[in-house]
Amino acid sequence: MLLKLLFGLGLALAAAAALLLLLLIVGGILAGLLAPFLGAVPVSYNFRSLRVRWASTLVAILGIAGTVGVFVAMLSLAHGFHATLVASGSPGNALVMRAGSTSEMMGGITLDSIRIVQDKPGVAHTPAGAPLVTQEVVGVIPIPLIRTGTDTNVQVRGVSANVLQIRKFVQLAQGRMFTPGLDEVVVGKNALQTYRGLALGDTLHFGGVRWKVVGIFNAGGSAFDSEIWCDARILSQVLQRPPDIFQSATVHLTSPAAFQRFKDAITSDPRLNLEVEREVDYYANQSSTMTRLITVLGGLVALIMAVGAVFGALNTMMAAISERGREIATLRALGFSSWNVVLSFLFESLLIAFIAGLLGCLAVLPLNGWTTSTMNMQSFSNVAFAFQITFGLLSLGVAFALVMGVLGGLLPAVRAARRPVALALREL
Amino acid sequence: MISVNGNQANSLIQVRGLDKTYRRGNEDIHVLQGLNLDVDQGDFVAFMGPSGSGKTTLLNLLGGLDLPTRGSVTVAGDEITHMSRRRLTQWRARHVGFIFQMYNLIPVLTALQNVELPLLLTRLSRAERRRHVETALAIVGLSDRMQHFPRQLSGGQEQRVAIARAIVADPTFLLCDEPTGDLDRKSADEVMDLLQRLVNEHRKTVLMVTHDPLVARIAKLTLHLEKGVLVEAGARQDAAAGAVS
Repeated sequence: MLLKLLFGLGLALAAAAALLLLLLIVGGILAGLLAPFLGAVPVSYNFRSLRVRWASTLVAILGIAGTVGVFVAMLSLAHGFHATLVASGSPGNALVMRAGSTSEMMGGITLDSIRIVQDKPGVAHTPAGAPLVTQEVVGVIPIPLIRTGTDTNVQVRGVSANVLQIRKFVQLAQGRMFTPGLDEVVVGKNALQTYRGLALGDTLHFGGVRWKVVGIFNAGGSAFDSEIWCDARILSQVLQRPPDIFQSATVHLTSPAAFQRFKDAITSDPRLNLEVEREVDYYANQSSTMTRLITVLGGLVALIMAVGAVFGALNTMMAAISERGREIATLRALGFSSWNVVLSFLFESLLIAFIAGLLGCLAVLPLNGWTTSTMNMQSFSNVAFAFQITFGLLSLGVAFALVMGVLGGLLPAVRAARRPVALALREL
Repeated sequence: MISVNGNQANSLIQVRGLDKTYRRGNEDIHVLQGLNLDVDQGDFVAFMGPSGSGKTTLLNLLGGLDLPTRGSVTVAGDEITHMSRRRLTQWRARHVGFIFQMYNLIPVLTALQNVELPLLLTRLSRAERRRHVETALAIVGLSDRMQHFPRQLSGGQEQRVAIARAIVADPTFLLCDEPTGDLDRKSADEVMDLLQRLVNEHRKTVLMVTHDPLVARIAKLTLHLEKGVLVEAGARQDAAAGAVS
């Protein structure tokens, strides 16, 4: 009981301390940014002081800029991965899998079930009346990376011939679509750039079959761009799967709004033991593990660097205050209040942080669009994706810099302001 | 009239029973002990005494930079020893002009900006501030150095800028802590001439700490501080000097 009480008390204290720190940071940033309007010390004093102490200012700027760079790069990496997978889904498509499957790799859906599914309300049809459903089989095959020559898992997806009518954002960039029933593949553009032997006309060996590359497709930077597509029935045979069982079916709906009607029709049918998800939600969930991993790991690295950068800023501001003890004491003697001094030094610290934040953002900007790849934990295959630096991430980077600026500048500023004037003047 | 007996009723600055004690380890150091002083408007007082006699401490107490252990300081009817820190800061801005030995100009600001500093705490418009600064710099003879930074000025010029800064807001009195201590004789004479002019022509009240008897002679009265007590008062032979008790 006592232990519980102590734990509760500790938790409450920690929450109060966190809230206080948050208020201090937000208040500090606001006060510092508004210093030119709230304080009496002219800002030219701060600008020129920074210029005079350019060496220590530069060190602080570089420290914070580096941290912001890593922070933004990590976030853009996570964002890029998330965006790549999310782009793989279309809001007008529904993914149907066996109930309880967490990914396509674990799915299983019979041809009979697919036939029932394609007759459900909400399923779009071609003008000729054919349902827009692609039944799919997925597997992974080892292919060497162009860059290192080492094998990596590549996702190969067996699809229906009408897949381009269902995933409308996928366009053939070169060659043609595979012919159903033949050992032909089409390759995503990222796969072409990342793995060996996937150029148009090349022959690929897997599952004891020689597959001819007959087309290159552009899937708009989505995860499909890292895949190889072929006829689902042939892939199923090659992978020695039961002939009438697929892993998922993707249904093109008459409209995104038709999803609920379609889902209700599937889940209420006692013949079916299937789960229905919007395709876009499925891929968003697929990205969550890796996105979280990158964000947490990146956040940790940025946090550790931030501690160093805050100490750097702290050191710079401490040195600045120590060097300017006479000036501060003089200002206080002339009638400038402690508040004026705090505002002035906070402004200066935020100025350093702001410049550093911009610099850090600028430094990582060339990474935008740069493609890298990683293992998708859900499909165990390699996914190529690009760093995506957005305005939101850049703003977050600058805000992160300002937080470091406040943490590094507040303490020295308060210390400078609280120092007794007579004592400060005497020690000069 | 300047008095160290504490018997004046309507003087500009009234100091009564002023004590200042510092504690160093287990020892109490009595810097000022029961000090009385009356200074009227337009007076020019020099405080002399050996190092550690409490001259600067007295100046700090008069300027509201420090608080006494006991006693009171009243300036133009305001008892400053019981003011809050915030009010004291505001009072200082309004009533005191400081002149330091090392000038204490802000090196990254121009002469104009340095002189303007006290006016930033007032409600004056930019144009009015500019006018005041120009007037103050004209009084100290540095109208042509407004855009110069302190490093571009000689020591004497720097101190004159500091004097302009001290007078620009038209304070009740000026406190000078060794104003010529870092200057050569020629510059020191120029600065002292300027201070004397401020007293004689502008009826400024000046209280000055100095080690230099030649400088002290320019004041109307020199008071000697020894071991925290005003022990001697010497009237200047100058006819302009006021009565001394």
